[in-house]
Amino acid sequence: MESIFFLIVAAVAVLSSILVVTCKNPINSALSLVMTFFCLATLYVTLDAPFMAVTQVMVYAGAIMVLIVFVIMLLNIRVEAVKRGSHAVFAGGAIGLFLLFQTVWFLGRGTLSGATGTMDRAQVVKVGHIELIGKALFTDFLLPFEITSILLLAAIVGAVILAKRKI
Amino acid sequence: METLILGLPVAYYIAMVAKVLVAFVFVLLTVAYATYAERKIIGHMQVRLGPMRTGWHGLLQPIADGVKLFFKEEIIPSEASKFAFLVAPLVALIPAFISFAVIPFGAPVSIGGYTVPMQIAAYYDQAGQQIFDINVGVLYILAMAGLGVYGIVLAGWSSNSKYSLLGGLRSAAQMVSYELAAGLAIVSVFMLSESLSLHKIVADQAGGIWNWYAFKQPLACVIFFICSIAEINRTPFDLPEAETELVSGFCTEYSSMKYAMFFMAEYANMVTVCAVTTTLFLGGWHGPFLPGWMWFIAKVYALIFLCMWIRATYPRYRYDQLMRLGWKVFLPLTLLNVVATGIVATLVK
Amino acid sequence: MLGAYLPILVLVVIACLFGLGSVVFSSLIGQKKPSKVKLQPYECGCEPVGTARERFSIKFYLIAMLFILFDIEAVFLYPWAVLFKRLGTFGLIEMGVFIVILFVGYVYVWKKGALEWE
Repeated sequence: MESIFFLIVAAVAVLSSILVVTCKNPINSALSLVMTFFCLATLYVTLDAPFMAVTQVMVYAGAIMVLIVFVIMLLNIRVEAVKRGSHAVFAGGAIGLFLLFQTVWFLGRGTLSGATGTMDRAQVVKVGHIELIGKALFTDFLLPFEITSILLLAAIVGAVILAKRKI
Repeated sequence: METLILGLPVAYYIAMVAKVLVAFVFVLLTVAYATYAERKIIGHMQVRLGPMRTGWHGLLQPIADGVKLFFKEEIIPSEASKFAFLVAPLVALIPAFISFAVIPFGAPVSIGGYTVPMQIAAYYDQAGQQIFDINVGVLYILAMAGLGVYGIVLAGWSSNSKYSLLGGLRSAAQMVSYELAAGLAIVSVFMLSESLSLHKIVADQAGGIWNWYAFKQPLACVIFFICSIAEINRTPFDLPEAETELVSGFCTEYSSMKYAMFFMAEYANMVTVCAVTTTLFLGGWHGPFLPGWMWFIAKVYALIFLCMWIRATYPRYRYDQLMRLGWKVFLPLTLLNVVATGIVATLVK
Repeated sequence: MLGAYLPILVLVVIACLFGLGSVVFSSLIGQKKPSKVKLQPYECGCEPVGTARERFSIKFYLIAMLFILFDIEAVFLYPWAVLFKRLGTFGLIEMGVFIVILFVGYVYVWKKGALEWE
C-alpha cells in the first residue's frame, strides 16, 4: 500500500519536474516546480519527517518560489523563450545521462551501506520529529547553527546592496 | 484482532470520512452565511437594513448570490495567459479549504467503544489511551497560508491588466510581510506549550479562563490576530482589493464562479484564522457547562464578528503605513516578545 | 502514523472536485456572448494603453528576499521554542546570540532605508 502511494507521488514528482524544463511559459515552469516541492514534502511525510515536510513547503514553496515568481515577473521574459543553443542542449543532455547512468549503476550494486542512526521509525514517531531535530541542532550542531546566523546576516546585507542603487 | 489499514482500524477511516465531510460542509455554510452576516452587520452598524428582499430578512441572500454567479458569463480576457488565469482561483481556494484539517473542534467522542477525536487529522491510540495528531499542526496551517499568495499573484499577473498586476503585487508583498510577523508571534506560544501539536496546545489551556494563552501572551495574541487579518487581506488592510482605487485589484478581470472562488477563499481564510486564534489563544474548545464543539463555534463566531466590526469601524491603511507597521513595528515586537518570554520563563524557573 | 495524514489528502481531493466542479458547471450553464471589447482588459472604459507586463519596483523583490531570510530564522525558532524549557539557560543564550546577529542585519536593513515606501 505504501509503496503504491510512493510510486504515484514519485511519478507526479518526475512528471512535474519534466514540465519545469519543457514549459514555454516561465510562470508555468515555476508552478510545476511548486508541484515538485509538494511531492517531495509528501515523500518526507511518508518517511515520518513531518517537520522537514512543513519546512519544505514553507521555505521552498512558500518563500523561495514567491521570489522566483517575482523575478520572472520583474524581468518580464517574453513568453516565446529564445531558442537555446544546441551546444547547451548537448552538454545538458550528456550530464543528465551521466547522472542517470551513475544512479542506476549505484543502485544496481545492491545494498546501500553507511552509518545508520540509532532510532527506528516507531521511536522517531514517539519522541517527535521536531524534538529530535531540535535536540541535535541545539546541542551537537551548535556551531553550524550559530554560523547559519552569520550566513543569513551576509545574505541580508547582500540583498540590500543588490537592490539599492544608492548605498 | 481487528483488521488494520496503515496501522489503524477500519473504524478510524469511517470516522475520518464522516469528519471530513461534516467539517467541509460546515465551513462552506459558514462561508456562505458569513457573506450575508457581513452585509447585515455592517448594514445595521451604518443604520441601514442590509439585504431584506430574499426571504425573511434576506436570509436566502447567499443562495441567490450563488445562483446568480453560476449563471454569469465566463470572461477570459484575450490578452490573458490562459493556463495561469484558469488555475489561479483553484490555487487560491484549495489551501483555504484544507488548512482547517488540524484544528481540534471539540472533546473526543466515544462511539460504540471507539474514541473519535474531534479533529480531522488525528487518531486515538487504543493501546496508549492517547490522542495523536500531526505534531507540526501549527506549521501546517502557516505553510498553507503561505501558499495562498500564489492564487493572488497568478491572478494578478495572468489577467494582463494594470489594475490586476498592481493589486496582485501589493497583495503578495503584504501577505509575505505579515505572514512573517504572524509566524514569529506564535513562537512565544510554543515556548509555553513545548509542542507544535494543536491538541497539546488546547489541552494546556484547559481548566479555566486564566489558563488561556491570551492572558499569558497578550502581546503575541494581539499581534497574531492583527497580522492574520492583514494576511488574509481583510479591511483595514484590504489594499489589494481597494475597490475605489484598484477596482478590486487582482480579481478585476474575473467573472462568474472564478470570481466567487476568490471570495470563498477569502472568507474561508477568515474562518480558519479565527479558528486558529481560538485554538492558540482562547482555550480552543474548552469551556464550562456546554459541550466543547459549541464553545468552539461560539468563540470562532465571536471572532468573525470582531473582524466585521473592525471592517465597519476602521478606514483603509495607506500602503506605506501598512508596510511600516508590518516590518518596523510588529517584526521587532515579536522578536522582543520571544526574548522576553525566554528570560522571564528562565528566571521564574 | 501515516493514517493521520490521510484526511489531508481526502480534503485536497474534495476541495479540488468542488472547485473544478463549480467552475465547469458555471461555464456550462452561463451565457456566452464574447465580443472584442468585452475581452479587452479593463481600463476605466478607455482603450488600454500599452502592455500591463511592465517592469515594477525593485522594492517588491527586496521584500521577497528579506522575507525568505527572516522566514528561515523563524524555521530555526520553532524547534528551539519546543525544546526551550528542556535546554535551559544554555538554550536561551545560544538563541539569544542567533537573534542578536540577525537583529544586526535587521538594523542594517532599516538604516539603509530598505523598509521605506515613499
